[in-house]
Amino acid sequence: MASRRQFFKFLGWGNFVAALGLAFGPGLIRFLYPRVLFEPSSTFKAGFPDEYPPGTVSEKYKKNPFGVWIVRREDGEFYALLTICTHLGCTPRWFGSENKFKCPCHGSGFDRDGINYEGPAPRPLERVKIALADDGQLEIDKSVKFLGERGDWGKPGSFLKV
Amino acid sequence: MNEKRNGLKEKIVNSQIWRSMFRHGYENTGRRYTLQILQNVWLHLHPPRVPRHGINFRFTWCMGGITFLMFLVTAVTGVLLMFYYRPTAEYAFRDVQYLEFDIPFGMLLRNMHRWAAHGMVIAVMLHMFRVFLTGSYKKPREFNWGVGVILLVVTLFLSFTGYLLPWDQLAFWAVTVGTNMARATPVLGHEGPFHPQDITQENDVRFALLGGTIVGPSTLLRFYILHCVAVPLLASVLMALHFWRVRKDGGISGPL
Repeated sequence: MASRRQFFKFLGWGNFVAALGLAFGPGLIRFLYPRVLFEPSSTFKAGFPDEYPPGTVSEKYKKNPFGVWIVRREDGEFYALLTICTHLGCTPRWFGSENKFKCPCHGSGFDRDGINYEGPAPRPLERVKIALADDGQLEIDKSVKFLGERGDWGKPGSFLKV
Repeated sequence: MNEKRNGLKEKIVNSQIWRSMFRHGYENTGRRYTLQILQNVWLHLHPPRVPRHGINFRFTWCMGGITFLMFLVTAVTGVLLMFYYRPTAEYAFRDVQYLEFDIPFGMLLRNMHRWAAHGMVIAVMLHMFRVFLTGSYKKPREFNWGVGVILLVVTLFLSFTGYLLPWDQLAFWAVTVGTNMARATPVLGHEGPFHPQDITQENDVRFALLGGTIVGPSTLLRFYILHCVAVPLLASVLMALHFWRVRKDGGISGPL
């Protein structure tokens, strides 16, 4: 049986802790999640398809905040490769004369399709969604990924036929 | 059920971890109650014994404690505001707007910080007024009155340095005018009495405060560091001294 003193002590401190916890706990957590972010959008427009000659790798959108290569095959098909090495996340370079993406960090090599064929990279470069916007421009959406090793590269959005 | 709970309680209370943290026993004696307070780093701020007049609200007005509470509120809310505020000329004003209008509870936190700061200044003055009226500055407490006077200045300087941080027109001109006073510092100010010929606008004490000859980005950074790190540290050390002296000078002062 709790004494009167214990009971009121429990009541008092319980109220204090509960009030503090309920009032400031969830609010504090919410405070750490801002409503507005100043980050680059995951989607961007990358110009009109005829700006890209067939059989080329474009580095125009390689730099921040884009980070993709836009590749057009000889048959006119487009795809967008993320410029992140699948080994440890460095940025590979495109060497047109050798027809490969070569990572400067540990020497991983990928062919024009993004397939890894040398070095430590365990899987192909990742593709992101490419589509035609209403105004006829290419639209890249980096939030949607297509992984070659999972067989995603046949899915709509992983390539674009124009 | 009750037995089981008591068994668990015994197990926790007798475990080595618990015994390492709480070294007092649990017998129902005055000595144990005293030790429980004295041997705990958080609770030892409380006096082990409270004199009857010490709980008389009309005698102390609780103003010293309220000042400390306001300080704690500004410290906690201030740390949270630091998550979103950047003390640079490009971002300071925008970050305050961002806090006010976009961040969940940002407006609440900023206003808590602001009003607690105002409240601290008011409480510290009333505290001083009360100490004066009750004659509590007299021997042996004259040293602690001196510490208190420094703490008053530190409190005002905390407010002053915080005043610049919103980086709006009010902040800019208030600090421009406020720091003009530093020109007239004796010896060390370039317009002050007794200053040597070599003391100019570019090497006097105001220059050190502003990081330049006018209020600019370097002033903002300096005031930010003073406001968030240097002055709170100084205030904390002085408050520890202040509270310790209250105890050593015979506890909270009684009615004459």
